[in-house]
This record gives sequence, C-alpha cells and structure tokens, in this order.
Amino acid sequence: MSEAFLSALRHTLPAEALVLDVERLRAFECDALSAYRALPMAVALPGSEEDVIAVLQLAHAHRIPVVARGAGTGLSGGATPTAGCLLLGMSRMRRLLYLDPLARYARVQPGVRNQAISEAAGHYGLYYAPDPSSQIACTIGGNVAENAGGIHCLKYGLTVHNLLGLRAVTMEGELLELGGTLDCNGYDLLALLTGSEGLLAVVTEVTVRLLPKPQLARVILASFAEVGHAADAVAQLVGSGATPAALEMMDGATVRAVEDFLHAGYPTDVAALLLCEADGTPEEVEADIVQMSRVLRAAGACELRVSDSEAERQQLWAGRKAAFPAAAKLAPDYYCMDGSIPRAAVGRVLAGITSLSAQYGLACINVFHAGDGNLHPLILFDANRAGELARAEQFGTDIAALCVSEGGAITGEHGVGIEKLDGMCAQFNAAELGQFSAIKAAFDPLGLLNPGKLIPTLHRCAEYGRMHVHRGQLPHPELPRF
Amino acid sequence: MLTDLQAQLRQAHAMSVPVRIVGAGSKQGWHAPQQGEALHVGSHVGIIDYAPAERVISARAGTRLAEIQAVLASQGQMLAAEPPDFGGHATLGGALATGWSGPRRPWAGAMRDQLLGVEILNGQGELMRFGGRVMKNVAGFDLTRLMVGANGTLGLITEAHLKVLPLPEVETVRVFELPQADAIALANRLCAAPWPLSGAAWQGGLLRIRLSGNAAAVATAQQQLGGEPDVERHWFARLQAMQLDSFAPPGAEQGLWRLSLPQTCPPLLADYPQLIDWAGGRRWLSAPLDAAHAINTSARSAGGHALLQRSQAGWPTAPRNPTLLALEARIRRALDPRQILNRRQGD
Repeated sequence: MSEAFLSALRHTLPAEALVLDVERLRAFECDALSAYRALPMAVALPGSEEDVIAVLQLAHAHRIPVVARGAGTGLSGGATPTAGCLLLGMSRMRRLLYLDPLARYARVQPGVRNQAISEAAGHYGLYYAPDPSSQIACTIGGNVAENAGGIHCLKYGLTVHNLLGLRAVTMEGELLELGGTLDCNGYDLLALLTGSEGLLAVVTEVTVRLLPKPQLARVILASFAEVGHAADAVAQLVGSGATPAALEMMDGATVRAVEDFLHAGYPTDVAALLLCEADGTPEEVEADIVQMSRVLRAAGACELRVSDSEAERQQLWAGRKAAFPAAAKLAPDYYCMDGSIPRAAVGRVLAGITSLSAQYGLACINVFHAGDGNLHPLILFDANRAGELARAEQFGTDIAALCVSEGGAITGEHGVGIEKLDGMCAQFNAAELGQFSAIKAAFDPLGLLNPGKLIPTLHRCAEYGRMHVHRGQLPHPELPRF
Repeated sequence: MLTDLQAQLRQAHAMSVPVRIVGAGSKQGWHAPQQGEALHVGSHVGIIDYAPAERVISARAGTRLAEIQAVLASQGQMLAAEPPDFGGHATLGGALATGWSGPRRPWAGAMRDQLLGVEILNGQGELMRFGGRVMKNVAGFDLTRLMVGANGTLGLITEAHLKVLPLPEVETVRVFELPQADAIALANRLCAAPWPLSGAAWQGGLLRIRLSGNAAAVATAQQQLGGEPDVERHWFARLQAMQLDSFAPPGAEQGLWRLSLPQTCPPLLADYPQLIDWAGGRRWLSAPLDAAHAINTSARSAGGHALLQRSQAGWPTAPRNPTLLALEARIRRALDPRQILNRRQGD
C-alpha cells in the first residue's frame, strides 16, 4: 500500500520536494514537545496550493494519514508525526503574496514567519499584532492552526481576531475560500478553522489584518513585596479604564533567576514584578501611565520604574523574554504548563500552586501573561531522581485541575495536541467531546488529517501536561520562550 | 426554563419536527421566515454574573441587550461590538445568532470577537458548554464563535459569556463634505494611521469620523484632522440602532441589501442610494428586488458578498460556492442531525 503511494507521490512532486531517507526524516520526528517522537513514512514539501491539493487527494485515495507542519515550534505536539504518516512540511510556501498598505492587509503563504509579516508591513507604519514568543521562527500557518497568542493579545487579540481570510484544503483535496471581508457569509468557518490544530484542513494562504503602529509605547516595571499584592494589582488594572497593551508577571524566584542569567537590572529582593505597558498616541500613553501608576501604587507596589526611551523599554522587556532560558538553569528539568483562569483568581491560584509545591516537594516558578489570566507555571525537577518525573506530572495535573475548578481552561495558547489530551477529559463531558468528533467527521470523514490529536478517546482520562526540558536542552534553544 | 427548552428540543428531534427559535422577535422582517413551531427563549432571562473588574458579563439568552448595556454603562463599560438593540427589544441570544455588529466593529472587533463562551442546546437537545469566562482558551474546536452568525441553525444559545471594554472617556464626531469615492479613500487613509478612531461612515455627501479615547488624545486628533462638528445629534447612536432613514422598510418590489466589501473598494453600484459604514467595509444599499442578480455579481467580483436584509416580497438567495455549501450542510448535520432548527421556509 505505502509502496504504491510513494511511487505515485514521486510522480506528483519533484524529487527535491520529497524526503524519504531515514536520516533526513529524523529532522521531522517531533515539534517542540520533543518527548514525543515518531518517524513519518515520508515528508512532502509542497511549493504551491496545487501541490497541496494533489498530495492530499493522493493520500486520501491511498488512505494515508497526513500531518501538517510549519516551523515545528509548537509546544503541545500538534505537529508530531503519527507513525507511518505523510508529513506535509509547509516551509517552502513562504512567499508574501500581496500587501495593501491602504487597505491594511497582507496575503501570505502559510510558511511565512510571523515576524516577517511585521517586518514587511513596517515600511508602511503597519504591523501584525499577535506576537507569540517564537515569532522569529514560527509560521503564520502554524499560528492559525494553534490560534497563537503572545504578550500583546490583552489589547490586540489572538490570531483569530487578526485574520481577514483563509484558503485551506480539506483531506479530500477540496479548496475552501473563507472570509475576505469584515462580515461573514454563511457559517464563520474562518473562526472554526483557527485553532483547529490541523485536524480540519491544511491552510494554504492567510490574509492577515495589519494595524497602524502605535505612535508611542512605554512600560512600567512595578515591584511588590507580596505576590498577593501583585495579583490584586492585575485585577485592579484590568478593572480600571485603561487597557494595558501588555501586563506580565514574574515571581521572585523567576526574577532572581533572570538576574543571574542576564543582569537585566531588575530589583531582586521582591516577591513579584509586573511589567505593564501602555501604547497609543502620546496623550493616551501619558494619561494611561499616570492612571496605571496610581493603581499599582494603591495595590502596594514598592517601586515603579517607567521607561523613558525605546531603548529602556526594550531593556525592561529583555529580562521577561529571557525567563524561560533562565529557568532552565535552575534545575535539570522543567515542565511548562499553560492554564488559563479569570484574572480575579490569579492570587488564589498562585497561592494554591505554592501549597502544591510544598506538598510535592518540587519548586515551581511563575512567569506569565497575567493580564490575560494565562499562567505558565514551570515545575522544576530532576528526571534522574527516582519518582521525581511522576511527581512533577502529578503536580501539573493538579495545577490544571485547579485552573478548571476556577472556571478556567487547560490551555490558553499552546494548544491540546497530544500533550493535553487527558486534560480535555477534565474540561469537557462526553457529549461535548462527541460534538468535536462530529465536526471533525464533517471535514474529514475518514479521520486521516492529524489523527489522534486534540480530541481524546473517551477512555483516556488521567493526568496530563508537559513540555519536558532536560538539562536546559530546550527544543529550539535559539528561541525566546515567554 | 432551561429544562423546558431542552425537553421541547428533545421531543422535536425525536419527532423530526422543525422548530423556529424566537427571542423577542425584534428582527422580524430582517430575515427570511422560518419553518415550524416557535420555541420561545424570551423568558429565559437574567444576568447571571457581572464582574466589572474582570471585564466579563454572563447572561441568559433571553436577556435584553438594552438591559445588559445599561448595567455595563453604570460601571463605565460597554459591549464594544455595538450590536443593534432594535428599539430596546433585541435579546442577547438574537444578537449572537445574527452576529450583527455596529459602527465600532473595524476597531473593537465583531460580536464574535467579544464572545468568550456559550452554553447551547444542540439539535438533539444535548446541553453543552464551550469556551468559558477566560480571555484565552484554545481547548477544543472553537464552537463558541461558530455559533455567532449561524442564525440558530447549529444550536440554541441558552447562555453566553462576553468580554466587555471600558467606555471611552470622550467621544466626538468630525464631519467632512466629500463625494463617495473621496470619502472611502480618506476614511482608509485615516485607518492606516494611528488615530484614535471608532467610526467612519458616509451618507448623503458627508463623511463622519468618530474619535474615541481620553480627552487629550481626542482633542489633539480633532485639531489635526480638521472637519466640522456634527450638527446632527446622536447620528452614530442612530446608525448603531439602525434607526436612520436608510434602514426604513423598503417599498413593494424594493429591497435593502447589506454589501460586505473590502474596505477600500471604490464606489460600487453608485446609482443606488447607499449608507457606507466601517470605512467602506459595509454598505447598505436600497434597490429594486429585480436588481438582485446585478448586486450579487458586482459584490462578488469586488471580492465581497451581498445579502438581502429587508424585503416585503420574497427572499431570493445569492448563489454561493457549492463546496462551502456542502461543507456547511455537513457541519449543520453534525450539530443538528435532523435539521430541525430554524429551517428556512421552502427548504
């Protein structure tokens, strides 16, 4: 069966668009969730939408499972190959097709890097707002598949809020042309495809909205002697009239790790730091900084520093952006969680994590998108010590359960993939999971596209959740993680 | 109430009987009539939870938008998508099912962008929850946003959690006397620069630009942009409420179309009277019903689409891409296997 398929594939794509030898296939055996690996049967590197259609039609005819992959920077195993699948590498489709500065949109192929869009748009005073930490490497196609977030989604939204249109191909090779205007015609399939983790269709073209770059941005660094005070400040900032462009939190342990790693100039005798950014016209920024400073002080901030130049703003952000690599120095291994909770619950959940940390005898540091209520607890452990891996996993399971019990979600921005399949059972009941399966079947009746991801079978409901980092060996160590 | 709705849907599913979902009926005359027994949601009311500091409000589907907006305004907040409230009658469920957004949409997002989570009954009467009260949630397919604009054909929305935003400190309107083409061009030039905009609409030779934000920012922008003050009071409020003359019921053999176009699209079908909103992205057009074909064709070739929104004499549908229609039919069956919900008359 696979021999016949491979032979047909060789007639469909040129030799340089195929990877068949085991050595080169190794490069595709995992994404950034590197604990999970499998070799694909082959990798196809389509150069055009026509190639994608032809390859999918062929795979469908031969009943071969297909997994699409962008840059492989995803943290939840969304692009992990299914054993024996055809991996569809979208990296060759990396042309920026059209940019209209007056209409403020860009049409790009899925393999275009997130940051490359803002670089191209920058010539016109425009940018693409969603900024996941891997933005120098991650592709827009992957961003669509995962509904990627970033530091600035508090004010500017997630990927789904910043798309105008999509072209995508179903497993049967049918082309879907979605969106294009600010109103929807028919069902909002653009929203449904965004964040569908490559289970419904393969994205072949993305039309993104571009925004005018704010005239000015300034950031406040606020230090707190108590974590609870910083958490209160988050809730009060969100409740105030000003919307921070970004609102990030680091606990004391993270701050000290960052200082050891980078010497960013952060005060180290603190329990928590907040970075709160204002952007807009100079008048808006000035008013927001005054108001935000007032709220931060009232919540108990002991020290405030406000950036006075773009260089100083970048310097204050540098420490935050180095938090993950700095954390990797603290212990041989860590797990990165991705819980999402109401902002009012930040203090309670952080306190809950602290007591769980004592209970499990494992340190956990916190650096996260506080303004969105999107936690990234990093559980520190040593996999070489007997039982510690299992303890860390159980700790993570408890954190996820804590988020769900506060009305939150098991994943805010990293996706389910294979990593959080078990967590899906905590989040949804059997009817809801059945509904997801029915939607999947409406697009892909044979279940060939990215099988085994996102939707758990009903019998698996146990623990979940980890990005496993061993001895500081981050997958894609060149990327900032925040 | 919820159990009643569930029981009615289960029974309708069991007997394969079509049902039409009725909130307050405020949009009667704004869509094609539907088949079946009425399923009344209008008494499933109440704000369940509102935490201003969290910027999230949760309410049952039958709750009036006007009530929600008043409660939000009392705390200095708003539904940023500005859904029309049809004289105060429209319900939250109806606003979500139709997915209509108001003048602020290009800057603050659409109705679907404000929706964080829903509770629904699908076509089998199964009660399900998707999304939640948190800002970021990528667990599972986004069935939450899929419900918006589905006109009740994928499920009955029973409860919703919405993101809200602070009301701007100041809002002001500047008016520019310009022909249609120049107005579209200027509105888009302003959109491409970092002005504190929240509205750009043209009608009868006047482009109105709404500025929102703090007092100093709006004052500076107003000074730099120029233009005249608006002599018509509350014009944008009447646009949002769809109470301007352009929205009046069309005469016999006439229709009111909603054109959704790329914002920079030059004047289209300019012989017909138009109200342009969203800096060109949405255009309301009055024309005879027998112009339907020409209108659909023009909108499609300009990269958009047209929908007949008001008519007293039939509801011709615009042809659509057959691949998408077939996929939508499969999605509909996934949620409502017997297609009992809000089936159009004649379908």
